[in-house]
Amino acid sequence: MSNSTGIKVENISKCYRIGVKEEMPDSFAQSIFGLVKSPIKNYRKHRSLYRFDDVGPDMDNNDRPDVIQALRDISFEIKKGEVVGIIGRNGAGKSTLLKILSRITSPTSGVATIHGRVSSLLEVGTGFHPELTGRENIYLNATILGMRKKEVDRKFDEIVDFSGVEKFIDTPVKRYSSGMQVRLAFSVAAHLEPEILIVDEVLAVGDAEFQKKCLNKMQDIGKTGRTVLFVSHNMMAVGRLSERIILLKDGKIAMDGDPVEVVSSYLGEGTTKSALREWTQPENAPGDQAVRLCAVRMRTEEGDIADTVLTNQPFYLEMEYEVLQPGNWLVPNFHLNNEEGVRIFTTLDVDPEWRRRPRPAGRYTSAALIPGNLLADGKILVHAAMMTPQPFIARFYEHNVISFQVIDDMEFDSARGDWTRRIGGVVRPLLKWSTTYSSDDAAEDAGIFKGV
Amino acid sequence: MNNYSSAATEPGDAVTVIRPNSGWRFIDIRELKEYRDLFYFMVWRDVKVLYAQTILGFSWAILNPLIQIIIFSVIFGRVAKLSTEGIPYLLYASVAIVPWTYMSDAMTQASQSLISGQGMLGKIYFPRLIFPLTPVLSKLVDFAISILIIVGVMIYYRIVPTWNLLFFPLFLIMMMSIPAAVGMLLASLAIRFRDVKFAMSFVIRMLMYTAPIVYSASGMSTTYRFIYSLNPLVGVIEGFRATLLGTPVPWLFVLPGIVTSIALLIAGILYFNHNERIIVDVI
Repeated sequence: MSNSTGIKVENISKCYRIGVKEEMPDSFAQSIFGLVKSPIKNYRKHRSLYRFDDVGPDMDNNDRPDVIQALRDISFEIKKGEVVGIIGRNGAGKSTLLKILSRITSPTSGVATIHGRVSSLLEVGTGFHPELTGRENIYLNATILGMRKKEVDRKFDEIVDFSGVEKFIDTPVKRYSSGMQVRLAFSVAAHLEPEILIVDEVLAVGDAEFQKKCLNKMQDIGKTGRTVLFVSHNMMAVGRLSERIILLKDGKIAMDGDPVEVVSSYLGEGTTKSALREWTQPENAPGDQAVRLCAVRMRTEEGDIADTVLTNQPFYLEMEYEVLQPGNWLVPNFHLNNEEGVRIFTTLDVDPEWRRRPRPAGRYTSAALIPGNLLADGKILVHAAMMTPQPFIARFYEHNVISFQVIDDMEFDSARGDWTRRIGGVVRPLLKWSTTYSSDDAAEDAGIFKGV
Repeated sequence: MNNYSSAATEPGDAVTVIRPNSGWRFIDIRELKEYRDLFYFMVWRDVKVLYAQTILGFSWAILNPLIQIIIFSVIFGRVAKLSTEGIPYLLYASVAIVPWTYMSDAMTQASQSLISGQGMLGKIYFPRLIFPLTPVLSKLVDFAISILIIVGVMIYYRIVPTWNLLFFPLFLIMMMSIPAAVGMLLASLAIRFRDVKFAMSFVIRMLMYTAPIVYSASGMSTTYRFIYSLNPLVGVIEGFRATLLGTPVPWLFVLPGIVTSIALLIAGILYFNHNERIIVDVI
């Protein structure tokens, strides 16, 4: 039976309208005219949000600035009982695909067929009302997710048990802590028994312990032979849960197959793009008569060039250069900036072997090992430079030669600890913490709280 | 591989086909039936939440129309001395204001239902028709409670219901069909054009004065009567008066309204379903 089709997607495309800069009136008369005309313009604008008649059938080759294609002609088939993960960068079309399959929005073209009862879970706690009690919200949320009342009656105790909020089940959820709300919401979701389950990123909720509980539950669901389709940024979860992964890129399927292969390809994707820069023609290379830059790379610990790295993984920044004029004291250095342009740090070559030493001509490669648990997640832009300190000469200083992504691995042993939501700061070092404890009595004895 | 998926391939297996927006559709009864439990809980949520954390609770369902009735009785009955065909003004106004309060509340809420539910709209699918229809049902609870006003006033004036009361369910259905139809039309319009929200308050006020709520329609000249009664509100109000107070049912006022309310209902369903699939994209 497991070879029958669960979900079949045929040539699905989806267009969205995005805002474009509007013309500014440059005279008083024009702005008055614009004001009068604006209702018609507003109407056209609203209408264009869902009409794509003007784009034409060949949407791939359109150069309209106001239309983006979230999905381009996607086709795939998922068999019954398969557990499939969908990964891709932001804007690759993952959520759009899930929204189409859960019937929240309809495709611009193409057809999808789903065999079986579907539940989609794009958010936990949809429809939760703060004024209603936990008990009432369980019923409401469960029916919204597609359960029948009888089903909820049957599973009610199990749901409450799983959430661990028995004591507060008759208290309005507005009095719950946010963690309790999430736990209750997930418990409802976890007890869905659809034939096909569509899930989006809901794993990243609750504290670490609860997350593990959820992951295990998800695994159980997969094992019962249900078809599961889910989107996640959590590579660990994707690898653990799915039998097959679809990698989306720019609205198209870039890869489809074995989880390990797809995930590693995703993490190491675009090797020739942002994490490597080479100058093959000497005349174009930065530098002067003494030294010339040949290449800058970011390498993982294993030595692969990669433009993504997990927050807890160490990596190398590498500079390859050719010394043309012997006898100069040279210091390669890197400057790391984040996307907002904040300088995270500057690092200079302090290798004792070459420190304050004139270098003979030849080709060199200098690498800096950046430890794991140092950078915060986000895009890192690297400037590469070479200088002679005394007398000071800047041999070259190249802005933004390479860039790469630091990805939050969400591991529980990272610097974020049990915190699973947004975390600020340009660096995220894993620090040693220690706590000393003295009981209240001891403090009182010491006169601390006596106010004397 | 497992018995779960084999069970799922039995006849009657649900198949969902997802396609681009397509034309005009009528109600998918089977789907609505599938979601009846959800519909029930949505209505129930509305009712539960409405008077949460109030002292007077459901008394508000009585208090609101009651105060309006008293104000109207003083202004239009005592001060302006409008003709009410010999019926005490308090009684005359009560039987009109109670259904009117229901209709205007349900209409306003239904027309905003998609906008206030947009958080849910983008996250989960269920027949969108449930959104505008929820207030139509949930407001019935308030209506049922405020019926007590009518009962009280009728007892005070010693009015005994006549056989006319048999027609009451007809006007009850008509009364519900108006906010349902208007709600469906305006909700799908409001999701595209927020103008609806701003227009709603004067539309409601206008509707109130186009229906014989504070005045009597009996003075209407026959030439205008037909056009006037095309407004289904006229039929509902006149019907309520006739069935509850035992005056003859003015069918000439009622029948055109029945036709328009059916037409409105069909238009509402068609227009709503036509827009259903684009709701999330234009919200």
